[in-house]
Amino acid sequence: MEDQNKLLHEVTQRDYRFGFVSDIETDTIVKGLNEEVIRIISAKKDEPEFMLEFRLKAYRRWLTMKMPEWAQLKIPEIDYQDIIFYAAPTQQAKYESLNEVDPELLRTFEKLGIPLEEQKMLSGVAVDAVIDSVSVKTTFKETLAERGIIFCSFSEAVKHHPDLIQKYLGMAVPYNDNYFAALNSAVFSDGSFVYIPKGTRCPMELSTYFRINAQNTGQFERTLIIADDDSYVSYLEGCTAPMRDENQLHAAVVEIIALDRAEVKYSTVQNWYPGDKNGLGGIFNFVTKRGICKGISSKILWNQVETGSAITWKYPSCVLMGDNSIAEFNSVALTNNFQQADTGTKMIHIGKNTKSTIVSKGISAGHSSNSYRGLVRVAPKAENARNYSQCDSLLLGDTCGAHTFPYIEVGNSSSIIEHEATTSKIGEDQIFYCNQRGISTEDAIGMIVNGYAREVINKLPMEFAVEAQKLLQISLEGSVG
Amino acid sequence: MLVIKDLYAKVEGKDILKGINLTVNAGEVHAIMGPNGSGKSTLANVLAGHSNFEVTHGTITFNGKNIFDMSPDVRAKEGLFLSFQYPVEIPGVSMVNFLKTAVNEHRKYRNEKELSAGDFLKLMREKKAMVQIDSQLTNRSVNEGFSGGEKKKNEIFQMAMLEPKLAILDETDSGLDIDALRIVSNGVNMLKTPYNATILVTHYQRLLDYIVPDFVHVLYEGRIVKSAGKELAFELEEKGYDWIKKEQGE
Repeated sequence: MEDQNKLLHEVTQRDYRFGFVSDIETDTIVKGLNEEVIRIISAKKDEPEFMLEFRLKAYRRWLTMKMPEWAQLKIPEIDYQDIIFYAAPTQQAKYESLNEVDPELLRTFEKLGIPLEEQKMLSGVAVDAVIDSVSVKTTFKETLAERGIIFCSFSEAVKHHPDLIQKYLGMAVPYNDNYFAALNSAVFSDGSFVYIPKGTRCPMELSTYFRINAQNTGQFERTLIIADDDSYVSYLEGCTAPMRDENQLHAAVVEIIALDRAEVKYSTVQNWYPGDKNGLGGIFNFVTKRGICKGISSKILWNQVETGSAITWKYPSCVLMGDNSIAEFNSVALTNNFQQADTGTKMIHIGKNTKSTIVSKGISAGHSSNSYRGLVRVAPKAENARNYSQCDSLLLGDTCGAHTFPYIEVGNSSSIIEHEATTSKIGEDQIFYCNQRGISTEDAIGMIVNGYAREVINKLPMEFAVEAQKLLQISLEGSVG
Repeated sequence: MLVIKDLYAKVEGKDILKGINLTVNAGEVHAIMGPNGSGKSTLANVLAGHSNFEVTHGTITFNGKNIFDMSPDVRAKEGLFLSFQYPVEIPGVSMVNFLKTAVNEHRKYRNEKELSAGDFLKLMREKKAMVQIDSQLTNRSVNEGFSGGEKKKNEIFQMAMLEPKLAILDETDSGLDIDALRIVSNGVNMLKTPYNATILVTHYQRLLDYIVPDFVHVLYEGRIVKSAGKELAFELEEKGYDWIKKEQGE
């Protein structure tokens, strides 16, 4: 027992691997938030009038809103006048070639294991790298363009495809959806934009890599993915941040629109800096993600492995509008030390014969708190809706907490809703069994936790699955008290 | 190989082992018998290093080394194997992944190269044939959904893979039908060499028809009260444990 505690101590103090700060020249604006700041952001991005209107509308609405308090989270007061709402690596518009990119920036991404030189890239993954809210480089853009696929930064999309932006921006997450979505709509600086044309299967994984670098800044990016009729795309999102003693705010919005028979798979490995072992610092991750299965037989899958952030408030959701549409939410959320997570999903069934599946695996260690919150709503006209939910919680030690808050609202009697939930403690007997076969306690915990999460990890694209497995191992090894 | 001297141990504050002395040499098979609650499983768990069992007195040396200096996984890598009475399930962890990790940890400990995936699968096929385990079992998660008999066979299969110097079989016969018992026993017998040793912990004489011991020890109230050759097992079967209890003056 004492040995295990010692091990717990040693291992949970392992450093966050991505905690470095890069010395990159940054263009920031003054701290604080008011209409003037929003006008500056919009002007810096050279946006058309409709974007400024969208922002101002959102800002004015945000002023009347209150931060949500229903989550199982203790959120310290956030002083929005103390945050810098725009920080970007100094650059002339967009880099034409890598030679123009600040070498320090390139080194940053190399350190993160994300080479931006295309010939060095893992085959089959195109990357949009976003640092401090601004997209610095998108790879494989030309290859994709040959098939009519648009994969670019949000700012570029606003410039070159304003019609698509105007049509779809705010469709899944309206500007007034919630407090953080309204804030994002007002101040978002960049993000990724994807459009897959009709009948096109995207030939490679698309990936956005988010990095917060500058101090005192918030990161507010916005992703919009549109999959036109009969198209398919798999999209990956990864993120890290430096170690800092103060908390940093990340309030992103992701919108997905799937048209007739389109399929979008959105995978996240979230590894924002979680704060130190005493709960000092770390990212506040308050994110709104929603997909609309707009077309008939469309399909949206959310896969997420969450190990980072001091506080996570996040519910990737689906609105199943099209008849016969399908949605899935597969999640592993791990909390350690003093991390708090309140995460889950909403499945809103509107069309006929719609089907949703929820698999949520929570893992809590240290003094952390880990909650699943999920809503399944069946509208009165949603004939034959089906939902299956499985929520499992795994506890490591006896100082952490796990909670499950399922909400079910059924308005149509032909629907079938199933909900299963389990809570278990990682067994000392399981660990001893592994020990007895020559496997160390550290390795045993990694193995048991990965086994527990396997169902979800198997849904991730290959490279991500490997990364996710390592992350779980690093974040947890030895954390049995 | 194994020398236990004046061993005392407790579980949850209660004294269970009260002065065990036992020496096991290479090439020997020892049977430890005794009524329920006599401390048989405690002895097995103390040897393997389970943290619920607290040793309060005595020494154990294994391969000439103090066993208390070794964590459970090091004891395993030194060649001590425990076939569990109740093998646990580890959902989502495949037998292949589990055993590959275990085998390679053993090899690393001996400064040998890790096995490649191909060599490992070849080794698995050989050992599976040897202990006649259903090949489907190794495609599943560790012990998950296995029947009682399958779990016990799986223990023997793992033993075959790890080739221990000392195997402790804790009530391996419990819950087995005659066919399974024969298969498990055959496995154990085939793995026997002049260089390794086996300790059978059992309640019944039945297992000893299949695996013939060189020594039989009777454990009663935390002490070995009788040691003899295999004939002792028959005597126990015939007279019951009451005989021992009477002899001990109850």
